[in-house]
Amino acid sequence: MPQMRYREALRLALREEMQADENVFLMGEDIGVFQGAFKVTQGLLQEFGEKRVRDTPISENTIVGMGVGAAMTGLRPVVEIMTVNFSLLALDQIVNCAASIRYMFGAQVSVPMVIRMPQGAGHQLGPTHSHSFEALYLHVPGLLVAVPSTAADAHGLLKAAIRDDNPVIFIEHETLYGRRGEVPENAEPINFGEAVVRREGSDVTIIGISRMAETALKGAEQLAAEHAIESEVIDPRTLRPLDLDTILESVRKTNRAVIVEEGWPHGGVGANMAALIQEQAFDWLDAPVARVAGGDVPMPYSKPLEQAAFPHEEHVVSAALSTFRDL
Amino acid sequence: MTIENVTPDLASEGTGVAGSPHPLPSRDTCEKVLEKMLLVRRFEERAGEMYAKAKIGGFLHLCIGEEATIVGATQALRDTDYLMSTYREHGQALARGTPSAEVMAELFGKATGCSGGRGGSMHLFDMKRRFLGGYGIVGGNLPLAAGVALASDYTGTDDATLCMFGDGATNQGTFGETMNFAALWSLPVVFMVINNQFGMGTALERHSAVTDLSQKSAGFGVPGARCDGMDLLDVHACVSTALEKARGDRVPQLVEAVTYRYRGHSMADPEEYRTKEEVEKWLGRDPIAAFSKRVVEEGVLGEEEVKRLDEDAMRAVDEAVKFADESPFPDLSSLYDDIYVIGDQVRRPYWSTDLRSPDTHRGEEERQAGEVAHELAELGSLHEPETDEQQREARARGEGG
Repeated sequence: MPQMRYREALRLALREEMQADENVFLMGEDIGVFQGAFKVTQGLLQEFGEKRVRDTPISENTIVGMGVGAAMTGLRPVVEIMTVNFSLLALDQIVNCAASIRYMFGAQVSVPMVIRMPQGAGHQLGPTHSHSFEALYLHVPGLLVAVPSTAADAHGLLKAAIRDDNPVIFIEHETLYGRRGEVPENAEPINFGEAVVRREGSDVTIIGISRMAETALKGAEQLAAEHAIESEVIDPRTLRPLDLDTILESVRKTNRAVIVEEGWPHGGVGANMAALIQEQAFDWLDAPVARVAGGDVPMPYSKPLEQAAFPHEEHVVSAALSTFRDL
Repeated sequence: MTIENVTPDLASEGTGVAGSPHPLPSRDTCEKVLEKMLLVRRFEERAGEMYAKAKIGGFLHLCIGEEATIVGATQALRDTDYLMSTYREHGQALARGTPSAEVMAELFGKATGCSGGRGGSMHLFDMKRRFLGGYGIVGGNLPLAAGVALASDYTGTDDATLCMFGDGATNQGTFGETMNFAALWSLPVVFMVINNQFGMGTALERHSAVTDLSQKSAGFGVPGARCDGMDLLDVHACVSTALEKARGDRVPQLVEAVTYRYRGHSMADPEEYRTKEEVEKWLGRDPIAAFSKRVVEEGVLGEEEVKRLDEDAMRAVDEAVKFADESPFPDLSSLYDDIYVIGDQVRRPYWSTDLRSPDTHRGEEERQAGEVAHELAELGSLHEPETDEQQREARARGEGG
């Protein structure tokens, strides 16, 4: 099975879908001549030309809005926003247009577009380039939200996103771009709403979002080695739709749940998911659902502060242990 | 600057020639455009009445006074061209051919409305006639219009897009961003500022440093022109020329139509920001009265014919009100329909993608329950969990928690 980096898997998906459908085109800041701020689109301008790989001015709201307009009238735009924080400039077009248009116009039209953006801390980019906003987009009916954490998922989910007729917020992670993983030959699209069990275990369920799926896995190994606790680690892969079935099935087995995310705690993915778990599996829980989230702060620049502001495996371990405390 | 100063001097624009107006078109065309302007006027008057009777909710933005601008511009479009507008867009939908009954039904929130009752007054839409919507966010439709024009260009068609917005929208970031994009990518789009001289209640000279709005796009590479928005023929000539340049030469254009809305910003507008005298002055330039007078004076239509057209318009609006009144509201069970396109990624028409479990697909159960869902929704308790008793019963059956 071929090994490739997360960014190469994304590029492969873009290339395959562009080859398959000439209405698929890319637009974004510095995706062409510059080859992409994170080199995801490297070589695609040379391969597909300026009509299909479009460098844009720095105008996020209008980039997204033009994608919506083009999607309403027959094209399948894949828009790249350079960093998740910049997507806030496009929140109007994402929420008021992309997510709402089909519904508010009585299903006369659809918006088949993908908005890709990288998020996350770890590169010392400070408070305007390092946040995690999956919770923001999860909040909006009309959007689909993908948060791939491996090369294979990045590839398969992006292919599915491009082929789907709904607007998709596709959240990549900056620190995962260089991560290698196996991507099967001729891999098919991966369906949204299908979680993956990354590690099987019977003592506690740990749900990791985006890069935190990896952190959760490391925490699980530590829990096994040092505390003889076998964790089941679940990567939901998409948040809208969410495969709650797989999560609940696991919780009914382990009776404990820990949710790990990189974003802010208030109104976060974990807050929402904890509510869903207690609504639907309250009687199976032996402890309150535990949440591990990023610090409730704008992301600081200084390396030690930044490292302290997002979760690491030790936070996962202590949160998991807390679910074994006597109540 | 005073209002007098923003009244266009047509001599300087070359579209109309001051003192010698555009020649009247054929009798048929004169009849058609007068019919449309009268329909828009009578429709809006009745919509205002229906709002006062609480048949219409939310905000209601009437375009009375802007009929020449709307009809003059839309008459310049081909059937295959796209039109986008703002939340003051009943006239645009009607001028594009959306049946007045479907527009009125939408204002009434009925299932037969042109957006299925989902959008209301501010969000009319008619894909069949390529009227791509009213938009409730000031300046929000400009990027979309450029995207539509991009699709037209990308797929090698000859279609053009006409994007209308108000004077207030020229202050939004999307205005500059979209002008730059359209010029940079040579898109077949015409931007049209309907300058009714107020951004809600703030007068033009109080909201825009440059009050000749036709100048605001030039720095981005989009040439601008100005026309008399109270003169249907001048608007038509100016927009036709602009469409030709956008379509043929791939040079996007801006057209400013200087007009005036006779009613408030919305029905909830005390109009404390303008004087009675000012309104009176503009009422003296009523675009429908002026056009009617001219066609009669030049012997193209008789006074009786004009009167008949007006009566036809009133009858059509009566029928629209009747249709809207008699139409059903959307079924409550449709509340969660069409948020998503059902397909590989959203596989079932569930109403909320994250409230699912194997045991309680609550949305679907409520839909299946039909009457129960209706009652629950009417009680405003659609989101309430099952009762304690129901939960106990379910547990006794070994189902769920």
